[in-house]
Amino acid sequence: MPNAASVRRTQLGSFDAAPLQNASRWRKSEYVFWLLPIAAYFVFPSDLALLSQIAITALFAISLDLILGYAGIVSLGHAAFFGIGAYAAGLLAKAGFGDPLIGLVAAAGVAAALGFITSFLVLRGADLTRLMVTLGVGLMLFEAANKLTKITGGLDGLQGVEVKPLLGMFGFDMYGRTAYIYCVVVLFVLFCVARRIVHSPFGVSLQGIRLNAFRMPALGTPVNARLIAAYTLGAAYAGVAGALLTQTTQFVSIDVLSFPRSAELLLILVLGGTGSLYGAMLGAVVFMTVHHLLSGLNPQYWQFWLGLVLIFVVLFARDGLMGALRSLGKRFNVEQGKP
Amino acid sequence: MTSALQTKNLVKRFGGFVATNDVSLNVATGARHALIGPNGAGKTTLINLLTGFLAPTSGAVFLGGEEVTQVSQHRRVKRGLARTFQINRLFAEMTVLQSVTMAVCEQLGIAARWWKPVGAHAEALDAAAALLAQLRLLDVAHAQTKDLAYGKQRLIEIALALAAKPTVLLLDEPAAGVPTVESRELFDTIAQLPRSVTIVLIEHDMDLVFRFADTISVLVGGAVLTEGTPAAIANDPRVKEVYLGHTEAKKEARHGQAA
Repeated sequence: MPNAASVRRTQLGSFDAAPLQNASRWRKSEYVFWLLPIAAYFVFPSDLALLSQIAITALFAISLDLILGYAGIVSLGHAAFFGIGAYAAGLLAKAGFGDPLIGLVAAAGVAAALGFITSFLVLRGADLTRLMVTLGVGLMLFEAANKLTKITGGLDGLQGVEVKPLLGMFGFDMYGRTAYIYCVVVLFVLFCVARRIVHSPFGVSLQGIRLNAFRMPALGTPVNARLIAAYTLGAAYAGVAGALLTQTTQFVSIDVLSFPRSAELLLILVLGGTGSLYGAMLGAVVFMTVHHLLSGLNPQYWQFWLGLVLIFVVLFARDGLMGALRSLGKRFNVEQGKP
Repeated sequence: MTSALQTKNLVKRFGGFVATNDVSLNVATGARHALIGPNGAGKTTLINLLTGFLAPTSGAVFLGGEEVTQVSQHRRVKRGLARTFQINRLFAEMTVLQSVTMAVCEQLGIAARWWKPVGAHAEALDAAAALLAQLRLLDVAHAQTKDLAYGKQRLIEIALALAAKPTVLLLDEPAAGVPTVESRELFDTIAQLPRSVTIVLIEHDMDLVFRFADTISVLVGGAVLTEGTPAAIANDPRVKEVYLGHTEAKKEARHGQAA
């Protein structure tokens, strides 16, 4: 629909900028997507703990997508930020500052600081170097938490985390209702912020860097500054996800920093589709659900099926579930005669 | 008058290989300055030294009279030095409009803004539209870069460079790989650029070079062999020797002696 505002006139003709402008508008399918977590609350009232975990993982996946899917920085150590956020919120609550929102802000701050500092290491070198550096930072942090038992509780985990009622009104109940609503609302708010960011000039320049980092300086782009900002942002998001886990389980296990958590996250993102916020969330939903079902059926060998699915996705559905959905949608639209 | 672009005793060594050998270049403001020379003469290396993609072993680069030898690539762009690449360096999965708008945002200094969508920055869309019109890309504005013919992609190369609003534009074989008819069109577009934009051109097609340039520098083995107007270069026996090969030039030289 060309309208006066979107048409650009030049001396040599005009064209309609609407396709670019509409890219950032909310689609119908997006509203439908966000009805799902509301429906899930009523349909699966006894699985709210699992659903909270899914929401947290979805936020964690978004945090990796910001740095990998958009800025193109590969990472095998993203759990470092998740974990440090989890411990920050836990230690704060243990020290008596149990307000959940303050915990989230503190976790975001601590994780962002770590992200900012380590971004300078990550900037050096190409993909393989980046994988190793992020892996190395992750391993170091894990062992530091393991060693500093007085602070972190080591392998026993951090006990005695007491989280105060949300906004001073809503206590965390044993059914996990408050926890679930809290997780979904935080996920939604941070998703909306991420959505603004990826459609902004900053977000577009990150995609430019991912597509052609070589060309960007020739456009006048300070590539390193942009990557530092993106990495710090992704770290802050991961920190919030970690804090949510601490607050909803009132406990911090050292697993929050473990290598499998980083690797699993990468897998989730590839499964869902990198470079798409919905892909990240979809990956989290599918992975966690399948994990839950398969590990119930086949607790010892469920990773076999996971491996099979992963190979299938990277070989036959390059852009993950989201890419598959997109091409399905296109085919459907063609059949319906829509552009 | 200060030169738009100047180098002083520029040297670049890769190990024992001297790619740029004591090049002192003066590009006058508003000039159409061509760099020619046989393959491996160090033309692209020189461009890379000018843009800051490579750091020189010794020597200095001046932009508008100010030394920029230590200035990073992206800051040189902000100071008015833009380039195109010999081989397309584009954003395959972006539409033409997306990539040009992205480049425009950088020039407008709004590329780090992170809240308002790109499409809501009217000034960026207007500037992008003007560039697409200038390069006759309006009709493919929403096409993905990778789906376009090579000739069209070459135009995007130039649009991305012009988005930086350069005072000095370095064109590294802009017509490379483009069919003859399209390359004429492409050069018509380049010829229409205002004289406020100084142009340094690398090109192998001598017809195009002699029609377009007002000054030509001949590079051989990383050094400037000679420099002058197209007429002077065309008549320079040393240039003939380089281009026609030694045997031909020797023959000519012998003929010269005989006469």
